[in-house]
Amino acid sequence: MFEQLSDRMDSVLKHLRGQGKLTEKNIDDSLRQVRRALLEADVNFKVAREFIENVKEKALGRGVLKSLTPGQQMIGAVHDELVELMGEAASPLTLMDTPPTVIMMVGLQGSGKTTATGKLARMFKQQGRQPLLVAADVYRPAAVKQLQVLGESLDVPVFSIEGSEDPITICSVALQKAKQAYQDIVILDTAGRLHVDEDMMAELQSIKKAVGPHEILLVVDGMTGQDAVNVAETFNDQLDVDGCILTKMDGDARGGAALSIRSVTQKPIKFIGVGEKLDALEPFHPDRMASRILGMGDVVSLVEKAQASIDMDEALKLEEKLRKETFDLEDFRTQLKQVSKMGSMEDIMGMIPGVNKNALQGAEMDEGAMARLEAIISSMTLNERRKPNIINGSRRKRIASGSGTTVQDVNQLLKQFNMMQKMMKRMGKMNKPGKLGKMMPF
Amino acid sequence: MLGMLKRLRQGLTKTRENFVKRIDQAIRRYDRIDEDLLEELEEILIQTDVGVETTMKIIDRLRERTVEERTKKPEEIQALLRDEMAAILGGHSPPSTDVELTTGPHVIMVVGVNGVGKTTTIGKMAARYKQEGKTVLLAAGDTFRAAAIEQLEIWAHRADVDIVKHQQDADPAAVAYDALQAAIARNVDILIIDTAGRLHTKANLMEELKKIKRTLGKLADGVPHETLIVLDGTTGQNAQTQAKIFHEAMGGISGIVLTKLDGTAKGGIVLSITDSLSVPVKMIGVGEGIDDLQDFDAKSFVDALFE
Repeated sequence: MFEQLSDRMDSVLKHLRGQGKLTEKNIDDSLRQVRRALLEADVNFKVAREFIENVKEKALGRGVLKSLTPGQQMIGAVHDELVELMGEAASPLTLMDTPPTVIMMVGLQGSGKTTATGKLARMFKQQGRQPLLVAADVYRPAAVKQLQVLGESLDVPVFSIEGSEDPITICSVALQKAKQAYQDIVILDTAGRLHVDEDMMAELQSIKKAVGPHEILLVVDGMTGQDAVNVAETFNDQLDVDGCILTKMDGDARGGAALSIRSVTQKPIKFIGVGEKLDALEPFHPDRMASRILGMGDVVSLVEKAQASIDMDEALKLEEKLRKETFDLEDFRTQLKQVSKMGSMEDIMGMIPGVNKNALQGAEMDEGAMARLEAIISSMTLNERRKPNIINGSRRKRIASGSGTTVQDVNQLLKQFNMMQKMMKRMGKMNKPGKLGKMMPF
Repeated sequence: MLGMLKRLRQGLTKTRENFVKRIDQAIRRYDRIDEDLLEELEEILIQTDVGVETTMKIIDRLRERTVEERTKKPEEIQALLRDEMAAILGGHSPPSTDVELTTGPHVIMVVGVNGVGKTTTIGKMAARYKQEGKTVLLAAGDTFRAAAIEQLEIWAHRADVDIVKHQQDADPAAVAYDALQAAIARNVDILIIDTAGRLHTKANLMEELKKIKRTLGKLADGVPHETLIVLDGTTGQNAQTQAKIFHEAMGGISGIVLTKLDGTAKGGIVLSITDSLSVPVKMIGVGEGIDDLQDFDAKSFVDALFE
């Protein structure tokens, strides 16, 4: 997500970073390139223009020209402006004190409303709430069925009225049912519609009037072009939406829509969809995203991710081992497992500051590599894992055939482990190993 | 034919209003052609999703031509612009959607990212071929998304054509294989294979598409005869990347179907795509009706934009 924009920004800013002194002219030049990068990323034209003007004003105001580190100052100005553009903090959903909280999903056809509805339901369910899904898309063939299938897989009830073609009634009746059944969240999945279709937009207004939703969420395809702001503006004008969900952000779209929508509507992006599976929904953190776009990494998210997926007890045990220098292959395997729980390697690498994305791109992260490493270690006996020194030629052959790899693979792993052990020893001698080092020894 | 043109014009109303009106307004504000006017035109093109690169190309050409042809009056630049846009679109010969019936069924595979309108497009295509008196079979190859099979079934019912389907989560290659076998056995004219939407960045899902193609190849030579990529007209510059990567993965895409053009004020994506890829735009969707899936014709498209 945002990779291409990030790459472009990177090359422009890299040039600036090296400058000992900036003139107004080379500021203008680089800002023109930033503008082009933004436009190519589908950032709305007006938004891009404003952005550039603001950055320039900020930079000059801070005395970039006289500064000792003009490049840094410039980057700071771009970063601040990006954060301002996208909004600073994450904005979570507001839940009502007296249930049920009613959430209404709206958007164009194919933006991913139904999938997003399923993802939200899963999130609420995990939080221990009782969501009710309402199938209010009576137009698209099999839309109701799609929601029912999702509901079934999540074990969440889905309300629909068979044969009804009146979404307003469906939503109102659903709300009554939810109250009776003590469901504390109601999510209305409305039909996709074009923002230019007046009748359909009027229908949404009627639904809004009838049920009084607490949150209206506009679902927008993250790949939308210059029209994204028109869509957002129209929906917002007619319904006064509370926030957006940007979908399909796991593709290589440059995310210009994300930058434009909030700037034009002043409504926050609350979630982003990052995959097809139902767990692929993340809260949106604008400040962290700005850092990512500028290649400054996102350590906060990385640490959070690590905290969520790493077992603290295991980590403590590991730290103990590191200190006593008894880290063996068995521990290595545990660690591999924990790291792979954090998500794909590409994801993780993207969050580390200073990781050169271009270098990663060609290499195409081999997600299978982790699995292979694990397979190799799992094919060893416990004794071998504890004392890797005893692994001789014939053992290597056995391990290779057991794990479906080659002897070279096994050799490579042992060599890597050896190096790692040396590194660990060095780190163990320091007072406390760094937080990152603890999680990622390679 | 006249009816079709009218529909096209209607579907492109949003784009035209946004585009031509603004060009007119810009032109009226100037009494001669200068850099400021060109910059304003550039802005309008970019806002129509023509894309930075294609826009620059058009503007550069305009700059050259105004010098060469000694054009001074701003009103004249509109004709030049129209010319240049037609040149970009006309660079590729307009493809025909008439299917040449060879021996055995003509197989069309439909691919694209999520939510672009693949299934709907297939429904409309089926209805159209059926109207032309051909026999059509649909293959429900989207076994991933919940209720996708049911959605295609409803379309099959509407168009009154047969469908081959498996269970949810079945191997799509197996569905395609069965469908082709059935198509051969029943001697149908056209087989259209639906596939699950997938982001072009997912390597394993792109592999799955290749597998479907390979599997089909086991039953007959040269199958599928056509691979169409469906792109959402409201998508920005990413549409190019999508087309490019699917093109590479599938060993060649034979055509593009651009949907939802009626909802967007930004029909310019057609130019951006035609300019950067050698793949022709074959059909465009300008409305929800079955007849709103039209063959793409560069000339009528540009005409509809300007008039």
